[in-house]
Amino acid sequence: MSILVYIRNVGGQLKKQSLELTAYAKAMADTLNLEVTGLVIGTIADDELKKLGNYGMSRLLKADDEKYNQRVNRVYTRIVEQAVNEVDAKYILFPDNAQGKAIAPRLSVRLKAGFIPQVLDLPSSYEPFTVKKRAFTGKAIATVTAHTERVILTPMLNSFGLRENARDLEIQSFEPHIEEPNSRLELVGKQLSEEGLQLADADIVVSGGRGMRSSENFALLEELAATLGAATACSRPVADDGWRPADEHVGQTGKIIAPNIYFAIGISGAIQHVAGVSGAKCIVGINSDPEAPIFEVADYGMVGDAFQIIPELNALFKKHIHENK
Amino acid sequence: MKVLVCMSYIPDTTTKIRFREDNTQLDDTTIQWVINPWDELALTRAVELKEDAGTPVDEVEIVMVGGVRCEPILRKGLAIGADKATRIDVEPLDAFQTATQLAAYLQGKDCGFIVCGIESGDYNEAAVGGMLAELLDYASVSSVSSVQFDGVTPIYQRDVANGKEQVKVDGPAVLIVQKGFARVPKIPNMRGIMTARSKPLDVIPAIEVDPLVEFVMYTAPPSKGGVKMLNTPEELVRSLSDEAKLI
Amino acid sequence: MNFQLTEEQIMIQQAARDYAQRELIQDVIERDEKAIYPTEHIRNLAELGFLGMLVDPRYDGGGMDTVSYVLAMEELSKVDSSVGVIISVNNSLVCFGLEKYGTEEQKEKFLKPLARGEVTGAFLLSEPGAGSDATSQQTKAIDMGDHYLVNGVKNWITNGHTASVYLLIAQTDPAKGHHGINALIVDRHADGITVGPHENKMGMRSSDTHSVQFTDVKVPKENRIGEDGFGFKFAMKTLEGGRIGIASQALGIASGAYELACKYAMERKTFGKPIIRHQAIAFKLADMATEIEAARFLCMKAAWLKDQGQPYGIASAMAKQYAADMAMRVTTEAVQIHGGYGYVKEYHVERLMRDAKLTQIYEGTSEIQKIVVSRAIESGDV
Ligand SMILES: Cc1cc2nc3c(=O)[nH]c(=O)nc-3n(C[C@H](O)[C@H](O)[C@H](O)COP(=O)(O)OP(=O)(O)OC[C@H]3O[C@@H](n4cnc5c(N)ncnc54)[C@H](O)[C@@H]3O)c2cc1C
Ligand SMILES: Cc1cc2nc3c(=O)[nH]c(=O)nc-3n(C[C@H](O)[C@H](O)[C@H](O)COP(=O)(O)OP(=O)(O)OC[C@H]3O[C@@H](n4cnc5c(N)ncnc54)[C@H](O)[C@@H]3O)c2cc1C
Repeated sequence: MSILVYIRNVGGQLKKQSLELTAYAKAMADTLNLEVTGLVIGTIADDELKKLGNYGMSRLLKADDEKYNQRVNRVYTRIVEQAVNEVDAKYILFPDNAQGKAIAPRLSVRLKAGFIPQVLDLPSSYEPFTVKKRAFTGKAIATVTAHTERVILTPMLNSFGLRENARDLEIQSFEPHIEEPNSRLELVGKQLSEEGLQLADADIVVSGGRGMRSSENFALLEELAATLGAATACSRPVADDGWRPADEHVGQTGKIIAPNIYFAIGISGAIQHVAGVSGAKCIVGINSDPEAPIFEVADYGMVGDAFQIIPELNALFKKHIHENK
Repeated sequence: MKVLVCMSYIPDTTTKIRFREDNTQLDDTTIQWVINPWDELALTRAVELKEDAGTPVDEVEIVMVGGVRCEPILRKGLAIGADKATRIDVEPLDAFQTATQLAAYLQGKDCGFIVCGIESGDYNEAAVGGMLAELLDYASVSSVSSVQFDGVTPIYQRDVANGKEQVKVDGPAVLIVQKGFARVPKIPNMRGIMTARSKPLDVIPAIEVDPLVEFVMYTAPPSKGGVKMLNTPEELVRSLSDEAKLI
Repeated sequence: MNFQLTEEQIMIQQAARDYAQRELIQDVIERDEKAIYPTEHIRNLAELGFLGMLVDPRYDGGGMDTVSYVLAMEELSKVDSSVGVIISVNNSLVCFGLEKYGTEEQKEKFLKPLARGEVTGAFLLSEPGAGSDATSQQTKAIDMGDHYLVNGVKNWITNGHTASVYLLIAQTDPAKGHHGINALIVDRHADGITVGPHENKMGMRSSDTHSVQFTDVKVPKENRIGEDGFGFKFAMKTLEGGRIGIASQALGIASGAYELACKYAMERKTFGKPIIRHQAIAFKLADMATEIEAARFLCMKAAWLKDQGQPYGIASAMAKQYAADMAMRVTTEAVQIHGGYGYVKEYHVERLMRDAKLTQIYEGTSEIQKIVVSRAIESGDV
C-alpha cells in the first residue's frame, strides 16, 4: 500500500505546490507507516524531479512519452488509475488547482473513491478517514468523512507548508496502456501569453502610498515585487499625481483585489483605500507612524522608514526564495 | 444543436452562514438561494449562443439535482432564456451522488455539449463536471473561457498555465467553465420572467445511489486576529513564511 | 394578510437591483454633475421591459402588477432617481393614461411603441401659473371642427425634450371651467412646438426637464382622450397612480441613502469605535430603518389596492406624502452620519438628498397630498 502524489509538470518544471503536496503526503505516510510515491506525466528532466526526494518521496513513476505532453483529461485520468493499481495506492493526492480539479473527480468515479477537495489540514483520523475542508466559499469549515476503500484529496496551497524530509528518490519509467492516446480531443490552436502579471490575478501585491514621496522611489517597490513575483499597486493620490499609472490605483474608487499578501507601504490606510483590499488573505502594513490606521486592518505591521526597510526586506526575500527553491 | 447546462444553487454570497443541530446541518431557514454564479455565466453564454443566428445552437436545457425548494431558481434560469428545465428530485449529498444522478438523466441525450460552472460555493467544489464526464465517458474540457464555432463544430478555448489553447472534440463534451465564458450574468427581461412559468419544468425521480463522502460537522473559520507588530525585516520574512505560510 | 412576494416579483426586484448596482452606479455621479440624459441606460432598461412594465402584453408591455412596479422603482432609485422618474412618467402617467382611457386605435398607434420603450412619453399639465392649482389652465386647445388648435406654454416637463409622445392637458371651453379641459395626444415634433432650454436643477439632474411652447399647433380630433371635457378628470385619475411611482421613488432614494449610511457607520471609527456604537448615530439609523419600512408598507398597500381594482387615490396620496417627507429626513441624516464625507459628491448621499427634495414637490406637493387626505377625512372616506 502507498500514498500516490500527482506531480504537476509545467513545461518541464516543478511547482512549489508539488513539494508541499509531497511534504503533506509524507506526514500522512509517517502516521500510517506507508511510502510516498509520485507520478509525473510528460517530458521532464530527472534533475528537476530529484527535488521531490528532499520532501519525503521515495519512488516516482514517470510516464514521459512525448505523446502525453498534451494534457487530455480523459487520458491522464487513466494513466493515474493505472499508477494507483501499480503501487496499490490507498490515498491519492492532487494539487488544488485547475489541473487537479480536472483529473481528480474523473478518477474518483473510476475508483469509486471518496473525493475531498479544498482540504485545509492533515486528516484528523484514518478510521474512518476524516479531514477538514473549506466550505461555503470560506465562510465555514466542514469536517468530512469518507468510508471508501480509497480516498482522493486536494490539499489547498499553504495548508501545510514546506517541510523537508530527505529520502533517496528512485525514479522509474512508467508505461501505461492507453488504447487511444489522443482520443477525441484535438488541439487546433495555442497562444502563449506574454503579458506581465495582472494586478487582479496576482497572489502578492506590493503597493505604495504618498509615503513613498516620489515617482522615482517606486523603483524600490518594483524591485521587491520582482523578487516576489508580485504585481505593483498604489493609493489614489499616488495615481492622481501621476507617480504611477491609473490602473494601479486600488480602493473604493479603484480596483478591488484579493491577493494572498498585500504590502501597504507608506499608505495611511484610509477606509476608502482599505475597501479595495479587505479581501486580502494577509495585509502587511509598513509605516513610519505607529498610529497609522493601516495597523488596525493589517495582519502584520512594522513601524519604520520604508526607505530603510524595503531594501533590507528585498535582500532577505531573495535569500529566502533562493534557499527554498 | 442542444446545449445542456447543469445548475446548482448556493446561498447568496451576502447571506450569513449558520448551522444547527450541533453544527451538523446548514441552517437554511434564513438563506436566500441563488444560482451558482459560475452556472449563471454558463447559462448566459448558452443563451447568447442560441440567440446568435450564426451558431448551430438552437435549444438550451437546464438540469438541476435538488428538492422542490430549488424550483424558483430553475424558473429564474427559464426567465434568463433556457427553453426547458429538468429537476432531479433528490437533495444533493455529495459530488458523486449529484454527478451520478445527472449522468443517469443525461446518458444518451442528443446534445452538442454539456456545461458546468467551475465551482459551486457550497460543498461540491468543482467536482461534478469532471465526474459527470467520466460517468458518461465524454471528453472534459476544463478552464473553458469561450466557445466559437467552425461551421457546426464547436471550438473550445481553455486557459492553460502559460496561455490559451483551442481544442475540438469529436462527439459531445463536458465543459467546465470559468469567468470570461460570459462577461456578466444576463438579467432576465420582463418577457422572460412572464413566460418562465409556461415553459416546461419536468421533475424526474432520482435513482438509488449512495454518496462517497459525508459532511459530519461544520465550524466557523477562525476569526481574524489583531495586528501582530514586528520589529525587524527578518521577523517579517519569518512570519510570512513560517507562520502565515504564504511565501 | 400575506407579506410574501411572488417569484416573479422577486425576479423583477433582482433584475432592477442588478441593473442599478452593476450599471447605473458606474456613471451616476458624472451624469448628475453634467446633467447628462441617460440615453444608453434607458435603451437597456427598455430592452429589459421596464419602460412599459405595467402595460398589458397585448399592447407589448410587461404585464406586471403594481407591486412589482414599486419594487423596481425602489431598486432603480436607490442608485439613480433620475432614471426612476423617467421610467415613472412613462409607465404610470403616459402608458397608464393611454391604456386606461385611450381608444383601440390610439393604443395601437401610440401605446405600443411606448410600452416597448422604443420611444418615451411626457405628461404636460403644469404651467407657469398652474402648478398645484391645475384647474387654472391657460393653454388653449380651440375646437376647429376636425382638429384642435393649441396655443400656450407648459412648464417643468419631464422628458420634455426626449419624449416623442406628449399627453397634453389644455383648456377648450373656459366657460365650463375644469369641465372644459381636454387631454390630447400630441406628436412632439409637430409644427409649432418649441422646447425650451434644459432646466438647471438642484437634483435629478440627469432627467431632462423643459418648458414647452405651443404656437398654432394642430392636433387631430382623434387624438383626444375620452369625451369632450374629460381632460381634468383624466389628469387627476392618472396622477393618482403616478403618486405610487413617485412614492416608491422616494422610498428608493431613502433606502439607498440608508444603506450607504449603515455601511459607513460600521466602517468609520471615532474615539476608538465604529460610529454605529455611538448611540446618537445608532438611534438615527434605527429611526431611518423604521420610517423606511413604514413608507414601504404605505407604497405596497396603495399598489395592492390598485392591483385589486379597489380605490387607491387616498392610499397613494398618503404613501407619496409620507415617503417624500421621510426621504428628505432620511437623506439629510445620511449626510450627517457621513460627516464631511457626506458633503462631497463621491459618497452619493448628498445627491440623494438633493434628489429627495423633488419628491416633495412634483406630482402634487406634500401639502397637496395632505389636502387630498384631509378632504377624505372630512367626507368620511378615511
Ligand atoms: C470619495 C473618496 C474616494 C477615495 N477613494 C480612494 C481610493 O479608491 N483609493 C485610495 O487609495 N484612496 C482613496 N481616497 C483617498 C483616501 O481618503 C486617502 O486620502 C488616501 O488613500 C491616502 O493615500 P496615502 O495613504 O497614499 O497617503 P497619506 O494619507 O498621505 O499617507 C501617507 C502615509 O505614509 C506614511 N509615511 C510617510 N513617510 C514614510 C516613510 N518614509 N516610510 C513609511 N511610511 C511613511 C505616513 O505615516 C502616512 O501614513 C478617496 C477619498 C475620497 C474622499
Ligand atoms: C423637476 C420637475 C419636474 C416636473 N415634471 C413635471 C411633469 O413632467 N409634468 C407636469 O405637468 N409637471 C411637472 N412638474 C411640475 C410640478 O408638478 C409642480 O411644480 C408642482 O405641482 C407644484 O406646482 P408649482 O411649482 O406651481 O408650485 P405652487 O403650486 O405655486 O406651490 C407653491 C407652494 O405653495 C403650496 N401650496 C399651493 N397651494 C396650496 C394650498 N391650497 N394649500 C397649501 N399649500 C399650497 C405648495 O405645496 C408649495 O409649497 C415638475 C416639476 C419639477 C420641479
